[in-house]
Amino acid sequence: MDAKHITKKERLAIPRQVMPAQDPELRIHNFREVHLGYTPELAQAEAMRCIQCKDPVCIQGCPVNIKIDQFIKMIAEGDFLGAAKKIKEDNVLPSICGRVCPQEDQCEKMCILTKKYESVAIGNLERFVGDYERETGNVELPHVQPSTGKKIAVIGSGPAGLSCANDLIQLGHAVTVFEALHELGGVLMYGIPEFRLPKEIVKAEIEGLKKLGVEFVTNTVAGRSVTIDELLKEEGFDAAFIGVGAGLPWFMGIPGENLLGVYSANEFLTRVNLMKSYDFPYFDTPVFNCKGKNVAVFGGGNTAMDAIRTAKRLGAEHAYLIYRRSEAEMPAREEEIHHAQKEGIEFMMLMNPVEFIGNEQQWLTGVKCIRMELGEPDDSGRRKPVPVKNSEFILPIDMAIISIGNGSNPLIKQTTPDIEVSKRDTIIVDINTMATSKEDVYAGGDIVTGGATVILAMGAGRTAAKAIHEKLMGVTIPA
Amino acid sequence: MYKIVSAIFLAENIKKIEIEAPRIAKKRKAGQFVMIRVSKTGERVPLTIADSDPEKGTITLIVQGMGKSTRELNGKEAGESISDIVGPLGTPSHIEKFGTAVSIGGGVGTAIAYPTAVALKEAGNYVITINGARSKELVILEDEMKAVSDEAYITTDDGSYGFHGFVTQKLQELIDSGKKIDYVLAIGPIPMMRAIAEVTRPYQIKTMVSLNPIMIDGTGMCGGCRVTVDNEIRFACVEGPEFDAHKVDFKNLVDRNKLYLPEEQQSAETFAHKCHLNKQV
Ligand SMILES: Cc1cc2nc3c(=O)[nH]c(=O)nc-3n(C[C@H](O)[C@H](O)[C@H](O)COP(=O)(O)OP(=O)(O)OC[C@H]3O[C@@H](n4cnc5c(N)ncnc54)[C@H](O)[C@@H]3O)c2cc1C
Ligand SMILES: Cc1cc2nc3c(=O)[nH]c(=O)nc-3n(C[C@H](O)[C@H](O)[C@H](O)COP(=O)(O)OP(=O)(O)OC[C@H]3O[C@@H](n4cnc5c(N)ncnc54)[C@H](O)[C@@H]3O)c2cc1C
Ligand code: SF4
Ligand code: SF4
Ligand code: FES
Repeated sequence: MDAKHITKKERLAIPRQVMPAQDPELRIHNFREVHLGYTPELAQAEAMRCIQCKDPVCIQGCPVNIKIDQFIKMIAEGDFLGAAKKIKEDNVLPSICGRVCPQEDQCEKMCILTKKYESVAIGNLERFVGDYERETGNVELPHVQPSTGKKIAVIGSGPAGLSCANDLIQLGHAVTVFEALHELGGVLMYGIPEFRLPKEIVKAEIEGLKKLGVEFVTNTVAGRSVTIDELLKEEGFDAAFIGVGAGLPWFMGIPGENLLGVYSANEFLTRVNLMKSYDFPYFDTPVFNCKGKNVAVFGGGNTAMDAIRTAKRLGAEHAYLIYRRSEAEMPAREEEIHHAQKEGIEFMMLMNPVEFIGNEQQWLTGVKCIRMELGEPDDSGRRKPVPVKNSEFILPIDMAIISIGNGSNPLIKQTTPDIEVSKRDTIIVDINTMATSKEDVYAGGDIVTGGATVILAMGAGRTAAKAIHEKLMGVTIPA
Repeated sequence: MYKIVSAIFLAENIKKIEIEAPRIAKKRKAGQFVMIRVSKTGERVPLTIADSDPEKGTITLIVQGMGKSTRELNGKEAGESISDIVGPLGTPSHIEKFGTAVSIGGGVGTAIAYPTAVALKEAGNYVITINGARSKELVILEDEMKAVSDEAYITTDDGSYGFHGFVTQKLQELIDSGKKIDYVLAIGPIPMMRAIAEVTRPYQIKTMVSLNPIMIDGTGMCGGCRVTVDNEIRFACVEGPEFDAHKVDFKNLVDRNKLYLPEEQQSAETFAHKCHLNKQV
């Protein structure tokens, strides 16, 4: 087929191209990526499905307004590197966003084809061009403006911090990223598992930033190792961007939550992903030995899905996903839900734990749950689950992973009291500039929104970079 | 990499290690700790900052070889390096002029209690220190403690040095002698801290203990270091490690610290085996 002469009817006749994936039977025994990626042929076929709308509404669905129609057209014509450049005008991490964006709620939801056909696989295409550019060794370093002599501190190396650093360095500023952990990348490294986002990709992005001249300082906790005031007043930084992510995990406050074998999802994933305990004892950090055990995760988001699929890969006999609403209300990406089901994760919907039960040695042996039913819609518009009387039952489990969300890290608030925070301790910003109440200090990502998405964190980092540049240089960058 | 400037054994299995870490040396306050990773495959281990030299840009750790990580660290000599060190972490000790303050250290807990004893002295308290060890050879920081104390006591379980008995008995003796005690800080093995809490409870003496739950990140992200205080979940790495002794659920802490016993043993054995092999070649 020729991209230039194909008719609309022909385009609509092409089925959505399925991305090849590892067989579920196989992949539950390894940590390699589930999806194998499009071949150039598959990508071109998928790209030809896009009818090149006059008014590409898909763009409105993308939080950073990638020029979706344009980059897809380039793929259809075989100009993959051009497509990568086009995406990078708006999104510096296509290989990552193509993999982890909740497309079905964003760009693909808006795609005009969604109503009658299946939407164009925008995420898969984005991933393809990002990977193509990297794997063929064609990533070109962007042009860096002459030095402005300004110095900016970026705190946290998650997607918010990385994208902010990327834009600022290209505008000619000196950028230093301070990271609390020994490894860079934030949730991209220690939260989202390898089977969904290979760490090589995150590392390559960070290497790219290093080549551009971004300086990275690990093992430095802003607020403790150095305060924001010290950075601005003593260390000569002209502005600071705070992208420290979400904070401490919430627990449910039910009896037995401190029994041995009850984890937060953050702890479980950190042990496995950051500290590599799947390779214990070569790596020193241990983790609960899931082999042949019954493991249950409580929650319905991406984190819950990642945790239980990790437990399955570590050999869990039964891997339960226990959620108090129904499948339709689960906030996780649709694709992850499907993958989890194919991998044999046992979904137990409309159920809520009321108590963890342990033995004499305080090891978890089971969880008492109560069945729920859906009542009236609540504030979030989702139907509120209400307990069904006398429906309690006990499920025998050896390990529980709690994944019901995070609060905000209190460190910045404690050590920089002049930054205004909300009742939930998230940092309050002007959403047009990401400026906080403190002069020359900006913030974005999960510390502002509460647990959200990679693309929103990135968008915030970019908005802040633009505002910082305009403020420091006294100029206006046209939108 | 962070360079070790000096490393000397204070007692069998307890080593004093001075490491280059200029930012931490400048910022640290009494009661704070660092997380270290000895090597790229190592775990993150919390250790209290016993002392620091902001001019030289170094901090001092006093480490008891317990399992794999601490033994590996104690095998390092001056000139060698460790992979990672981050801090200062945790909420600094609450220091004020209480009046008479008793600092109690058990075993390597003495090292953890030392910087706070110094700060209590600097704040104008009458400082009494009681430091316990199993026997004479295991007594550490005797001179340092003496130097900051108005009264300094050593206790040994076997009576080979100082007072024959436990630190709790010495504390009870002081209370019985009619001394007005305004503040107690106790740091050491969990059973010791629990026992101290019971000694001071009837007299309602404000008593703080430094808890040692298993930590992973140490930055307030994972929730692994949770302890139960006053029936509430608290996170020791950001809200602690010091908590009100009379409100701590010690039993839960003891239980939770047993979480990885088999794995810790496996690690230690593999490590010992490797060392043995290295010696042979
Ligand atoms: C398991 C899991 C799965 C997820 N899956 C998806 C998904 O599929 N799709 C999606 O869009 N989103 C997903 N998310 C959410 C997404 O990862 C976050 O919204 C996003 O990473 C937020 O980016 P951030 O830059 O604000 O913070 P983070 O990624 O959290 O990074 C913050 C960084 O700051 C560091 N830091 C914290 N405090 C300090 C300090 N005081 N000083 C210095 N550094 C500090 C942290 O160590 C961390 O490296 C998932 C989250 C989790 C936990
Ligand atoms: C805030 C704090 C300050 C500390 N300060 C000192 C100090 O100044 N000097 C000193 O010698 N020790 C100190 N410790 C204890 C020290 O961290 C542990 O002895 C060390 O982690 C043991 O690791 P290991 O691999 O050598 O032994 P392992 O064989 O792994 O464990 C031995 C025991 O140590 C505890 N432990 C294991 N892993 C951890 C971990 N990641 N975090 C905390 N505890 C763990 C457990 O109770 C375990 O049973 C402190 C602990 C805390 C929480
Ligand atoms: S960044 Fe995310 S929302 Fe935007 S086009 Fe790409 S996949 Fe869609
Ligand atoms: S809405 Fe769908 S079909 Fe239209 S341009 Fe966007 S991706 Fe293509
Ligand atoms: S050690 Fe992870 S929150 Fe304290």
